[in-house]
Amino acid sequence: MSVVLRAQGLHKILAGDVPTTLIKDVDLEISAGEFVCIMGPSGSGKSSLLYLLGLLDVPTHGTIALDGVNTQGFNDAQLTQLRLEKLGFVFQFHFLLSEFSVLDNVCLPMRRLGRWPEAQCHERAMSLLTRLGVAAQASKLPSQLSGGQRQRVAVARALANDPLILLADEPTGNLDTVASANVRQILHDLTRELGKSVIAVTHDPKFAAGADRRINVVDGQIDPDWQPL
Amino acid sequence: MIALNIAWTHLTSRKRQTAVSLVGVVLGVAFFLAVSALMRGSEKDFITRLIDNSPHITVSDEFRTARLQPARLRWPDDLVEIAGLRPNNETRGIRGWRYRLGQIESLPGLKAAPVLVGSAVLLFAGQEQGISLSGIVPARMRGVSSIEEKLVEGSLDDLEANPGGIIIGAGLAEKFSLRRGSTVNLVAGGGSNRSLTVVAIFRTGNAGYDESQTYVLLKRAQLLLGRPDRVNRFIIKLADASQALLVASRIEAMGTYKAVSWAEASEDILNVLFVRNVIMYSVVSAILLVASFGIYNTLSTIVMEKTRDIAILKSVGFQARDIRHIFVLEGLIVGTLGSVLGLAVGAGLMQLMASVQIRPPGGTAMVNLPVWWGGEQFLIAAGFALLSCLLAAWLPARKAGRLHPVDILRGAT
Ligand SMILES: Nc1ncnc2c1ncn2[C@@H]1O[C@H](COP(=O)(O)OP(=O)(O)O)[C@@H](O)[C@H]1O
Ligand SMILES: [Mg+2]
Repeated sequence: MSVVLRAQGLHKILAGDVPTTLIKDVDLEISAGEFVCIMGPSGSGKSSLLYLLGLLDVPTHGTIALDGVNTQGFNDAQLTQLRLEKLGFVFQFHFLLSEFSVLDNVCLPMRRLGRWPEAQCHERAMSLLTRLGVAAQASKLPSQLSGGQRQRVAVARALANDPLILLADEPTGNLDTVASANVRQILHDLTRELGKSVIAVTHDPKFAAGADRRINVVDGQIDPDWQPL
Repeated sequence: MIALNIAWTHLTSRKRQTAVSLVGVVLGVAFFLAVSALMRGSEKDFITRLIDNSPHITVSDEFRTARLQPARLRWPDDLVEIAGLRPNNETRGIRGWRYRLGQIESLPGLKAAPVLVGSAVLLFAGQEQGISLSGIVPARMRGVSSIEEKLVEGSLDDLEANPGGIIIGAGLAEKFSLRRGSTVNLVAGGGSNRSLTVVAIFRTGNAGYDESQTYVLLKRAQLLLGRPDRVNRFIIKLADASQALLVASRIEAMGTYKAVSWAEASEDILNVLFVRNVIMYSVVSAILLVASFGIYNTLSTIVMEKTRDIAILKSVGFQARDIRHIFVLEGLIVGTLGSVLGLAVGAGLMQLMASVQIRPPGGTAMVNLPVWWGGEQFLIAAGFALLSCLLAAWLPARKAGRLHPVDILRGAT
């Protein structure tokens, strides 16, 4: 299996009167098509790690190579372009643009990327929405959808530009049990079907049960021995 | 165009706030336009009066600089010291005036008329009054001087037909209760005393002029002033008054006589008008600047409300530049809409002002407010509005572009 993401010696230290270390000495590799869960206690640095791996934040030390490209020294514009082409995000809260229809929200990254003509963007978006079971909601505004539906739209948007890796930060953290199970299932099935790598931060042991691998983060460090309660 | 789409959505989903900042720009542009139209209108009106009531260029029998002595002309580069110089008495008047007038008239876009100006004393019923006497050729004055339009009684033809005729101003007529057909006596430098018949009366509105200016035929003036076949002035009207300075210098270049344009003669007044324009534009620009604060305020609020959207756009792959574009576009949209509506409202205001009639203090006739419909002020108003909107949008746009998605994501989770 080829490695799509390689992090080496990651440190994230927040400057301040008392410098805070969020991430300490993290090494990890993600293979193509691999489904990885990140677990750990609350406030342990899971989100911070995900932001680094997702090129939303830059490490204080260490390097991240995405699809063989070492991102060290990249400026904001270069990192943004990489995110556009190779990464997709799903957050705990849906983070859809409230004034745009579901369809427009899914088309947004495609329009920015400009790889497909508008008609094809629509087609792709509709096909993703269909697979996620929210095609009937395409012309609605996000506020007219249930929490589970919104999160599925967010997944569709994350997959819009055919990314290499899908990064999710507690994607089911804000959903009830039924919706949570539904989103979890669909995320599993679809990413396997499409052959995407997934890095998902979660508190849900069921989520982790279906993953290829689990990474525990405790106090900003990887801890293989930690067990969820 | 996604940025435009988002910008438009931001504005339309906040209708009230957008409307308020839009109204600010509309009013700003409208006032800018109305005030500048009135100021520029009154300026043009003033200049028109200034120009119409005096020749565009006056060539007189004077020289701008003392004339060079023949010795200097012969040996310009050698040391020639001429001391105790006392020039010969010049015979006053323009030498070879017919030839020179022909020369001037060969220039395009102008009409010229010869005039002999002198002073005389008018005697009537034992009273006397110093007057200014202009000897004219009536046919040539047409289209050069506005005297014909200012005639309230009689015509230039009456003067043409009557070699013993005189045209006087309304002020003089009232002072000596003269009317058409009255006879007055004139004594001038030539020493001769002539009785002349009033053939026409003019009123310019300028009291000094109306009381002391008179016109007789050129031949008559030459006799009265004892200067046969002489003229001492050409008055010139141009098709385009703004060319006066240029044409005056060309005329000076072909003869050495002094040619003074209206612009040169009224330089002080033009300077005052310029300063007035500077003040006016500063004030109306300030109105627009204040209006642009409304836009700044609206866009800052949108940026604050939309931090989540900005974070998601950036994480999805929108560049800081794309985000800035969104907010700059919002400013431009408000600026463009505001300019268009403002120009329309401003044009309405101008229409309204132009239809208002006022009686100036001390004036006798009702006059319309002078409103200038020139296109350049429409451009200036719209251009300045767009510029200040752009400026007002730039600061929030820059702030939005700098937002760090991680800071917002952390705050939300
Ligand atoms: N801007 C910040 N300043 C100081 N501390 C922060 C900041 N952001 C996060 N932290 C702290 O860093 C730790 C890791 O946060 P986070 O990565 O969100 O943890 P998790 O996602 O595992 O709950 C937490 O203790 C949090 O309080
Ligand atoms: Mg977290």
